This record gives sequence, structure tokens and C-alpha cells, in this order.
Amino acid sequence: MNSFDVIVVGGGHAGCEAAAASARLGAKTALVTHKLDTIGVMSCNPAIGGLGKGHLVREIDALDGLMGRIIDQAGIQFRMLNASKGPAVRGPRAQADRKLYKEAMQAELSDYPNLSLVEAAAEDLILDDEGGIKGLVLGDGSELSCRCLVLTTGTFLRGLIHRGTETIPAGRVGEKPAIGLAETLDRLEFPLARLKTGTPARINGNTINWSILDEQKGDTPPRPFSTLTDTITVPQISCYITYTTAKTHEIIRNNLHQAPMYSGQIAGQGPRYCPSIEDKVVRFADKERHQIFLEPEGLDDPTVYPNGISNALPIDVQAEMLKSIPGLENADVKEWAYAIEYDFVDPRSLKATLETKKVPGLFLAGQINGTTGYEEAGAQGLMAGLNAALQAGSVSRESARPFVLDRADAYIGVLIDDLISRGTNEPYRMFTSRAEYRLRLRADNADQRLTDKGLVVGCVGTKRETAWGRKKKALMEGKALMDRLQATPNELEGYSVAVNKDGRRRSAFDLLRYPDIGWASLSQVWPELSTLAPEVREQIEIEASYAGYMERQEADILAFRKDEALELPASLDYTQVGSLSNEVRQKLEAVRPATLGAAARIPGVTPAAVTALLRHVKRRAAETNAA
Amino acid sequence: MSDTIYALSSAPGRAGVAVVRVSGPAAFDSLKLLINNDKIDIRRPVFLASLYDLNDHSLIDKALVLTFQGPHSFTGDDVVEYHLHGSPAVLAALFSSLSQMQYHRMALPGEYTRRAFENGKMDLTEAEAIADLIDAETQAQKQQALSQMGGALRDLYESWAQELTKILAYAEAVIDFPDEDVPDDEILKLRPQINDLLDSITDHLNDNRRGERLRDGIRIVVLGAPNAGKSSLVNALAQRDVAIVSDMAGTTRDVIDVHLNIAGYPVIVSDTAGLRPEDLGSDAQDRIESEGIRRAIQKAEDADIRLLMFDGESGDLDSHTLNLINMESIAVINKCDLFHVKQDWTHEIPRVALSVKTGKGVEKLLTELEKLIQGLMGVSRESPSLTRQRHRAQLQQAQAYLEKAGEAGQPELMAEELRLAIRALGQITGRVDVEDLLDVIFRDFCIGK
Repeated sequence: MNSFDVIVVGGGHAGCEAAAASARLGAKTALVTHKLDTIGVMSCNPAIGGLGKGHLVREIDALDGLMGRIIDQAGIQFRMLNASKGPAVRGPRAQADRKLYKEAMQAELSDYPNLSLVEAAAEDLILDDEGGIKGLVLGDGSELSCRCLVLTTGTFLRGLIHRGTETIPAGRVGEKPAIGLAETLDRLEFPLARLKTGTPARINGNTINWSILDEQKGDTPPRPFSTLTDTITVPQISCYITYTTAKTHEIIRNNLHQAPMYSGQIAGQGPRYCPSIEDKVVRFADKERHQIFLEPEGLDDPTVYPNGISNALPIDVQAEMLKSIPGLENADVKEWAYAIEYDFVDPRSLKATLETKKVPGLFLAGQINGTTGYEEAGAQGLMAGLNAALQAGSVSRESARPFVLDRADAYIGVLIDDLISRGTNEPYRMFTSRAEYRLRLRADNADQRLTDKGLVVGCVGTKRETAWGRKKKALMEGKALMDRLQATPNELEGYSVAVNKDGRRRSAFDLLRYPDIGWASLSQVWPELSTLAPEVREQIEIEASYAGYMERQEADILAFRKDEALELPASLDYTQVGSLSNEVRQKLEAVRPATLGAAARIPGVTPAAVTALLRHVKRRAAETNAA
Repeated sequence: MSDTIYALSSAPGRAGVAVVRVSGPAAFDSLKLLINNDKIDIRRPVFLASLYDLNDHSLIDKALVLTFQGPHSFTGDDVVEYHLHGSPAVLAALFSSLSQMQYHRMALPGEYTRRAFENGKMDLTEAEAIADLIDAETQAQKQQALSQMGGALRDLYESWAQELTKILAYAEAVIDFPDEDVPDDEILKLRPQINDLLDSITDHLNDNRRGERLRDGIRIVVLGAPNAGKSSLVNALAQRDVAIVSDMAGTTRDVIDVHLNIAGYPVIVSDTAGLRPEDLGSDAQDRIESEGIRRAIQKAEDADIRLLMFDGESGDLDSHTLNLINMESIAVINKCDLFHVKQDWTHEIPRVALSVKTGKGVEKLLTELEKLIQGLMGVSRESPSLTRQRHRAQLQQAQAYLEKAGEAGQPELMAEELRLAIRALGQITGRVDVEDLLDVIFRDFCIGK
């Protein structure tokens, strides 16, 4: 009983989604983690979602993944970010009760069909004669066999914690790093590089002076992430905001020589968007204060996560610094802040399925690919798990049909395409500005974009299928009604709806596109509109408000997909392509893009080079056909 | 719907007939607008029609129009071919109107071939032969683009791209980091910045009085010392006697205009009074002449091109005339049969030695004039209108998107228009990447809670 279709190594957010996705496709799946109790742990801030990230969670949910449903069972403060802006850039976010999240995830996976949980350390990979994946060696020397393996080791690859001048090899505080697997990846000559990230101290909330701080309330009622969640039943609480002071900045400045990022002790690149407090004080020296969100980690857990002051200063300096912050003067610290450096694999060595180009059957997902964030990890895990299961279930590796989403389908597509065609030199985080087709890739229409695709591939369960089927039917009927209801300018005048008197009949949808015509006035013309369900009405209103832009984007997407359809053979010899400069050729060789479109997106690849590639590939195809 | 593309399909340069090809789903729409007739029967494959300017409805040209309904066309799209008079002015007017049509843009190098190819209208040998041509063309264009876009212009376009990058980055910061220290009112501050940039681009597009020149003619003024042969030169150019010429210095006292056609453009050549202020006395005769000189200098200021004439017979180059050198000048050394100026020519303008009397060298002057005119009108010698027309079209696109960005109600819609604007501008200056935006955001805002 130690033979599986798919083995997933790692129980973090990528690992959980990968294991569940693989199991949903019917593959016999094992999730191997060194400690079952750490499955679903949130090792950094206790929150899910945000701009771009919330979009990813909705997409995972649309493909029947876990994250959306789990956070709905664990969220203690829900907020829709950018609620005042347009629907395309609204991002759902929730504070999580760490314990509830972990428990809900473990409960979900403990009786997930087709999935076994294995508590063991992963030591080494076993390859077959052709260099493809065959199995996994565990810490006790025993072996598990598999057809495909998904590696989701997060920051555990040669993880090294820094706090002042002190360094501790670890994957997370108190947990051993994965040295064996890093050596395996080295041996297989995967291109490895180092990244850095940080985390703030954890504070005992009972020692915080809350009364003097600004309160930030959640939305009422809270809006769930998952379309399968009707209402949030977890009690909701507030977060609080405080600020650093001139004194805080002075303490930091006086101790920069003890900060590993400044003393040269850390070589890895940290994220620009999540700078440590040392960085903020140095780079924005004229700012008088920096805000700190005090985020409770749970309903019955007094631990508080002070979001905004991650650092790697020595403990005595951290203590002094915290005392200079209003509300934290007497704060007890449960865990001190630290920075962690870890290895990641250059994601340009991956295919769009997240399978490595080097080792057939080996998939990588999550922070090991240079990303940061639970949502980015979960999204990759889902895609790697699905593709591993598809490959394991097919006759041969080559005949496996891949499940790939493109940049016009989903943020998941943007994420993976960015990683595999551009690589990254800082922990990669999703932003909505990364998506060319942002108006189309909304958090509110993830199901419309993806659930049917999920049904085709087979990763959507019956509960979601039924729910989606109902919603889809209602949407279609609603849209058809909007097209069917039509009126002339004269008829509309009777209801004080003013349009150009050109005698043209306009549909209710056409009319809704006018900025000054709203649902209320249309409902007067056609009372039957008030029978539409609120979620249907909302979608129609959003589509009407973006209609002109969507037409423009559709044209763009058509052009984009044409280039995506032109596949470049994996074995393409770039030295044989005429008129490529050395520089461009090297860039193409480093990435080996799968399509002409991907080639064009590699920074530094010129339009002339793309034309040359197109010619070369077409000629090759013609010669092959002739032969 | 894919874009409708247009370009000059006949050989570039002055020609009897020029062919402009428009290919794409909206090709028949623009035809209807250009001929101002939306009842036209598209099934008529060939007809004669008047084309009208989209803006002022003036007549562009009478053209032979050929229509091809897709897939029965070269590219497989709907195609309209316009056969018009091969004048740069006519082409410029047509391109200007086309560039304003919905979903229309100038074809990229090789784009017709690519479409034909994708629509299965071409076999591989054909496609490759054409692709080679395009490659050659692209190379030449790159050279050309670089040489034309010398320092100042490139700096200008790049400064706009930078400004636009910053504006978009700020809009994106407001969108992507709502919980951070990015004030929401940053978005309001962007409106005036967008409008400033828009004004600069609009000014630039109207620059060089290009339209005016097309309408009214390019102004060339002939300047020089008395008796240098200015009037004779004007006569030689006009090949008819219009100005009074005598051997006595100072015969031409007023400014005389001659309308000519050079390189397909309307040109007005002005003869002027000779420049010799220090010799002027105060008698009535001289007062008339001094008024003439004042007008000559005024004319020089207003002119698009200055022909500075020197008397090759006299040993020195006249200093008054030399003082009038600017970038759009040609030095003309007359009486080259008697030429004995020994100095080296150190000025960075072309110098033509000719003899108005014998006609020797006049052709050379015409060649230099054509070059200057084409430069002024945004056409290079090799290909009328390709590079600059494309730049122009892209700037116009950027302009249109910026206008909409300034009016957009929601930040994400403003950002959408700004992205399209930056994409249009990026086709001139190089692509602006999302990483460029993030660089600005993380440099200017303290992001990261």
C-alpha cells in the first residue's frame, strides 16, 4: 500500500490544494508532511485575500478548491477592499482565526476521498531510467512509489532564520529546514537562487492598551469567499491601528548596524512591496510615522500580529522599539520578529503545467517557485495537482492533456505565465496591475470564467455543479430578458427615460449602458425586471457598466490568443533561427517559451525577433509535413 | 473584432498613382465614411469616388476604389484599395482621416503578410519571400527611425513615456494598495497631470504648422546681398519671369511671391530686397529700400526654408546673409562660373554652387530643397510617411486615450485608458512593462503593512 498515482510533499497552502485537486480528479493521492498537525498552518499574517489575492481565492473556489470554503469557516473579519471603486478592482479580504483555519483544513483533508495523509520527512526523490519521477524516499529510509510528484516545500529549502547577528537553520520558527531535498534539486541541477522574507513579532493582546487605538470594523454583513457558503457564522471582531513614532525611528536608525539586511548578512532579495520596518525608515526618511495594523490571530487566542513592522533586529532592540509605539508600551512578546532566507527554483525551468522541464512527472508549486502569499501558493498547488493527476491517469506522460489557464482566463493564468516566462527576483506577489484584462478578470465572475472549465476537466464536485448550474441558468435567463425587453425613444419618454430621438428600439441592456440610466428607472418601464435575483441583477449591471471596454478587450484577447495558439517546439534550436541577436537568443534559450505569445512577453525580445521565430517555425513545420 | 489596418501599398516616392490598402472587418465602414455615402453597394468591385476629409469634409482626392470581400482578397479580410494621385499631401490627408476611424490603425511591418498567412491565403514560399522583404524593410526603417528621431525628438517622446508611466503607476497604486499609505485623492491629482501631457502631445501634433503648410504651401524665402542673383534664381525656379531683374543692384524692393510645386508639395518662393543696411542713406530712394529690407528680414523669420544667396564673384561671403543661417537653410553660391571663394565651408547646412545664368547646379538645388521639404513634412526620401506617419498615428491614439482617461469616472477605467495610451506611446519609445510601474510605486509610496 505504498504506491500512489500522485504524491504531494508539503502540507502548506500549495500542498493542501495540490493534494485535494489531484484527489478530486480521482488520482490515488498521498500528502506527505513531516508533521500532520501543521497542515493548513498560516505561518505569516493571519489573513486571506486582498487585491489580486482575493481574486485568486475566488478562482480557486470556482475550480472547487479549498481555500475559499476554509476561510469562510475561519474568518473573523471580512472586508471588501476598494468597495468605493469599480467591481473589477474590488478585492475580498478576511482576517483568519489561525486555529479555526488549521482545524477546518485538517478536517476537510482528513476524510477527503482518494487522499491519504502521511506523516514523514521527505528525504530524496527516486527517478526511473529515463530520468522521470518514480518515487520518494522518506526520513526513515522507506520508499513510496508514484507516477507524479508535486513538491511544495515553501521556505523549507535550506531555510535560514536571521535575528540580529544570530542565525538559525529552520523552515519556520521551531521547525527543521529541508536540506536533503535541496541537495536533490542541486544534484538534478535545478537553477536555485535565494530570497528573503520577514515576519513581525507576535504580541500578547492582553497587554495592549486598546482603548487609545483607532478601531477598524469589518463589513456587515460579511460577504463570503466561496459561492457555496451562504452566510458567515463565525463571530466577527475588529482590528486596530497604531503608528510608529519619531522615537521608534530613532531606535531603528541607531541600530541599523545590527540589522542583517544592512550589515550584509542577508544576501537574498526581499520583496519591494513588503519592506521591513528598517527599510521603511531608511527609504522614507521624511515620513513621520508608519501605520501598523494590529490583527488578532483568533477568537480565543490573545496573540496579535502587528502588521507593518516586520524586521530582523536583535531581541533587545525589538523590545525597545515596541515600547515606543502607542498602545504597545507594556506589550508582552510571544515570539520575536525574524527574517528568513530560503532557496527557490527559477520558475523559468517549469512548463505551464508547473511540471519541471528537467524531470518528467515532477511538479513544483508555491514558494519554492519564488512566490509569496497563501493565495499565490494555493493557486499554483491547485494547478500542479490537477496536471499531476491528469498525467498520472493517462497512458503515457506525453499523451497527458494539460489543464492550462491563460492570461485572459484568470489571475491564475497571469501568475503562472509571469513565473514561467519572466522568472522573478523578489518574492512574487499578485497585483491587479499585472493583469492586462483586469476588467474581465473580476472576483465577482470567477465562477462564470472557470467553473465550466473545471467541469470539463473533472475537478468540480456535484454540490458545486448543481449550485453553478442553477446560477448559470438564472444569469442566462436574466441576460436574455434584458435583450428581449425593448422600447422606442417615444415609449421611454413616458417614463422620463431620455435617449436620442432617432426612432431606434433599444434593449434594456443597451439602456443600462448609459451612465445616467439606472436599474430603478428601467424597473419602472419593465416591472418584470424586479423579479431578477440580486446576484443576477448585479452581474448584468457590472457588465453594462464595462460593456464598451469589454468589446475593446475582446479584440485584444483575440490577437493575444492567436499568438498563444502558435506553439514553439520544446526542442527548438535557437541557433538555427536566422537574424536573432545573441542577447535575444540567450533570453529565449533561458526560458524556452512554449508559444509565440510567451516569447513576445519575455523582456528584451523584440518584435523583429518574434517575426523571425514565426518564420522559422512555419518553415520547420512545412519541412516536417513534406517529409 | 480584430483591428483594421492600413498602409501605402505602392512604391514610396512621388508617383502618378499611389495605392493605399485598408484591410480588416471595418474596412467597408471607413470607405462609407470617406466617400460620405453609406448606401454604397459593396458588391460593386470597382468605382470612382470622391474621398472627403473626416474632419473638415474637404475633398481629399478623386480615387479609383476597388473592394474585395473577404475571404476573396489578398489578406482574406475585407479589403478596400484606394488608387489616388501619388502626392504626399493627398496621402497625408487620407492617412490622417483613416487614423481617426474606429478600430483602424497603421499596419505594422509584415502585418498584411501575416494576416494573409493566418487566413490561409498564402503558401509558405510566398510568405517567406515576402517576409524577407519585410525584414529588409524593418531594418531600413529602424535605421530611418533612429536617424529621423534624432536627439531632441527622442528625448521628447521618452519624457512623455516617463511622465505617463508615473501617472499610471500612481493610478495603479491607488487601485492595488487601498489599505496602505496611498491617499485616495492621489487619483484626483492625476487629472491635471493627464491634461498637461495631453496638451503637450496635442501641441506637438499640431506642430510645424504641418496642416497649414499643406493647405497654404511651404514658405521659402530667398535672401542675400544686392545683386547676388536672387530674382534670377526665383525666375530659374519658376522658369518664368515674375520678378523684375536688372543688372543694377537693388532692383527688387518689395517681396515677390511665386507659387510652385516641389516634390509634390505646394511651395511659395519669396524674392526679397537685398541686404545691405550699412550702405543705406536717408534719401527717398533708400527709404523705400530700407522698408524692403525690413520686410525681407520679417519674411525670413516667417519662412519655413531660407535660401541664402551669395555672390560667388565677390571674394567674401556677405556677413548679413550669413547671420540668417538656421537649421532649415541652404547656402546658394551663385555665379559659380566666376566662383573664387576660398574659405572652407564650416556651417552645418548644405551648400550648392550654381550658375543661375547657365542653369548649371539648379537641379542640385532642387534636390536639396526636396530633401528639406520632405524632412519638414515628415517624409523621408526613401518612403513617404511610413515611419513618421506611424509615429503620428500612435501619438494620435495616445492622445485619444488620454482624453478619455481624463474623463473616466472610476480609477480602474482611468487606468485602462492610461494603459492603452502608454501602449500606443510605447510603440515609439519601447514597451513600458508592469515592472516599470511597480518600480515607481514602490519608490514613491511606502507600501507594505
